[in-house]
Amino acid sequence: MKSTEALQLTTPTEREIVLTRAFEAPRHLVFDAFTRPELVRRWLLGPPGWSMPVCEIDLRVGGAYRWVWRNSDGIEMGVRGVYREIAPPERLVATELFDQSWYPGEALTTTVLAERDGRTMLTTTVLYESRQARDIALRSEMETGVAASYDRLAELLATPQHSH
Amino acid sequence: MTPDCLDTTFAALADPTRRAILARLASGEASVTELAEPFAMTQPAISKHLKVLERAGLISRGRDAQRRPRRLEARPLADATEWLESYRRFWAGSFQRLDALLDELQAGRKDTDAPGHRGDRR
Repeated sequence: MKSTEALQLTTPTEREIVLTRAFEAPRHLVFDAFTRPELVRRWLLGPPGWSMPVCEIDLRVGGAYRWVWRNSDGIEMGVRGVYREIAPPERLVATELFDQSWYPGEALTTTVLAERDGRTMLTTTVLYESRQARDIALRSEMETGVAASYDRLAELLATPQHSH
Repeated sequence: MTPDCLDTTFAALADPTRRAILARLASGEASVTELAEPFAMTQPAISKHLKVLERAGLISRGRDAQRRPRRLEARPLADATEWLESYRRFWAGSFQRLDALLDELQAGRKDTDAPGHRGDRR
């Protein structure tokens, strides 16, 4: 079992989701795994049953990426975007737009890799154009404690308490 | 669940008054008058918010024809929550695979500068 640290999903501001995860590897390898198509398509597959038939990466500022996933039922999910900053092995900034977008506008993802003792801490911040999606699902329901059915979300997200 | 439905849900939830109304309804159904009470707002203003919530399917009207109580409909919110869960599942699953891939990449370059601290994990 090589899993090192649980994935953390937090919401530091109204427009952001932040993912953090540690890896037992130096960051240049993690950076490669995020930017080389032949590596990306081996792990960025989500839950079991999905494959990644399209994984195109034009790794330069202004270059585009296009990723498409497909599951065993033939359902497809696609995302595209453009690289804004590329600073190997520590920083990668790109836009993100899903084909079936659940939120209005594009998101901006910033991936930062910090290495310590051969271990890499990954921090990916997804910044949304509007606070709509964020305001809602993450922060608000939690702090108002809307209903038991949303407790699952509270468990999922460490949300700072906020008083009115 | 279509993306359009999620958009409607999220848009309806973007307003703090509407979220407070939902929070109130989570503890039981309430009439428009009762819902208006805690807010420094006119009843028509509250009714407007209720209409938005109703259109999004987040609330519905109870049977009492006199009071016309509103009540919470959990389904659309559960769908919004589900999206986040699947988002987390997507990354959790992917990162587990990345762990294995990184191991493999490091094993392949053991002879160079890979530290390979296999034994000192906490």
